[in-house]
Amino acid sequence: MRTAQAVAWKEIQIYFSSPTAYIVGLIFLALTGFFFTQDLGDPFPEATLVPFFDGAIVMFILLAPALTMRLLAEESKLGTIELLLTSPVRDWEVIIGKYVASLVFFLVLVGLSFFYAILLFVYADPDPGPIYAGYLGFILYGAAALAVGLLTSTMTNNQIVSAVVAMGILLALFFADRAFGSVSGLAGEIIGEMGIRGHFDDFSRGVIDTTNIVYFLSVIAFFLFLSIRTLESRRWR
Amino acid sequence: MGFLGPNGAGKTTTMRILTGFMPPTRGKVTLDGYDVVEQSLEARRRVGYLPETVPLYTDMSVNGYLKYMGTLRGMPPKRIKSRLDDVIGLCRLGDYRKTQIGKLSKGFRQRVGIAQAILHEPQLLVLDEPTIGIDPIQVVETRRLIKDLGRDQTVVLSSHILPEVSMLCDRVLIIHEGRIVAEDTPKNLAQGLQGVDRLEVEIGGPAAEVLPVLKAIRGVNDVSHLNNDGRHTYTIQAQAGQDLRDEISKVVISNGWSLRGMQMVGMSLEEIFLRLTTHEEL
Repeated sequence: MRTAQAVAWKEIQIYFSSPTAYIVGLIFLALTGFFFTQDLGDPFPEATLVPFFDGAIVMFILLAPALTMRLLAEESKLGTIELLLTSPVRDWEVIIGKYVASLVFFLVLVGLSFFYAILLFVYADPDPGPIYAGYLGFILYGAAALAVGLLTSTMTNNQIVSAVVAMGILLALFFADRAFGSVSGLAGEIIGEMGIRGHFDDFSRGVIDTTNIVYFLSVIAFFLFLSIRTLESRRWR
Repeated sequence: MGFLGPNGAGKTTTMRILTGFMPPTRGKVTLDGYDVVEQSLEARRRVGYLPETVPLYTDMSVNGYLKYMGTLRGMPPKRIKSRLDDVIGLCRLGDYRKTQIGKLSKGFRQRVGIAQAILHEPQLLVLDEPTIGIDPIQVVETRRLIKDLGRDQTVVLSSHILPEVSMLCDRVLIIHEGRIVAEDTPKNLAQGLQGVDRLEVEIGGPAAEVLPVLKAIRGVNDVSHLNNDGRHTYTIQAQAGQDLRDEISKVVISNGWSLRGMQMVGMSLEEIFLRLTTHEEL
């Protein structure tokens, strides 16, 4: 466990000293700020964070892979993975350490976006339920997106490939609920249920449904599991 | 132990298997009784490894990097602290503790690489081409360091620089295309392969007369002659185990020639290497 902590701590330090992370943060805050204010210009503005969440989850399809692409792809590229994997460190400790680091950076971004919620609470009288639930949903969603990105970073030594593949997977999950209409029968149901949107929208409406929490946690667990197995596969015969 | 072979012989692959980075396709490797595949973690605790490319996190400081590697090796913080000073002194990195690794020259990076490999005092130290690509002065220093390290722990190093191996290693293992072609001490390898002893003799006298006389000595297999600006050097191949030096000097003197120099020539590792790894196809 101490080694996982060491990995996480090292990655966190790199996040806070690397330009990529700051660029991602800047884009995230600038654009979500725009989404947030857009609705407020209406003649009858609503004190809500729904536009912010809607924009943020679309943006995170692009931003999450940018945060995770470096994590293992760079180790493979530099060859440092050879020293990492020949140290007495378990594969899951490496993956969890890296994952936690990306999660910490993401949570810092989320924390900064509390600014919007604070504005609403100060200048208006919003319904707190959807805001709390929305944040919970957004955190779960972001955590899932980072897990997807971590998997693709484990599979290649090319950061760009990692990012593009992760975006592809996230886009597929994002649009999966369209299968409800176009694929018939059980297959359509299954693919549709895999869609991220349907599970997220409940949260921003203020509904905390265990199904949705389980959905996101399963996605996270699934992709982390695959990441560990991918790392481990170097040792398979 | 030295690990020798031409490019693509399988040196790095073998080292990767030893360190648990890659599984062997067949067979089993045990380190101190621990199988590198089945009990990988235990085996890995006992190994320090420096890959050929010297992979380091370029954006970390020397200190930070070594601490990180120490933690990964499961060393308690106190031990890391005390070992850090030892290792930095040993690898002479004292002035560069706070320097970012990316700013160090190749030779210093190599030292950082060695420092991380010995930090946790492993029983087995695996160095893949430890002196490649650094300047000659640093090569000498690195070799001295490796030699010192070899007193306390087993060092396996790969190289294709043959004098280096014969200088540093008690045992040499030559591989070619994944197979061991020879294993012995550098000295025995030279003797065993040669089957003959070679003498280089410089004689002052007319070559035309000297040559047949030398050839007539009992135990001489062959003599070749080299005229280097009036310095006549003869290379004498003697039968194995025969020391002909006394005989030769007697003959030379009794003929009234002058004996200007004589030395035994062992076979260099290069020659052994070439002989073992090149197939002579007739």
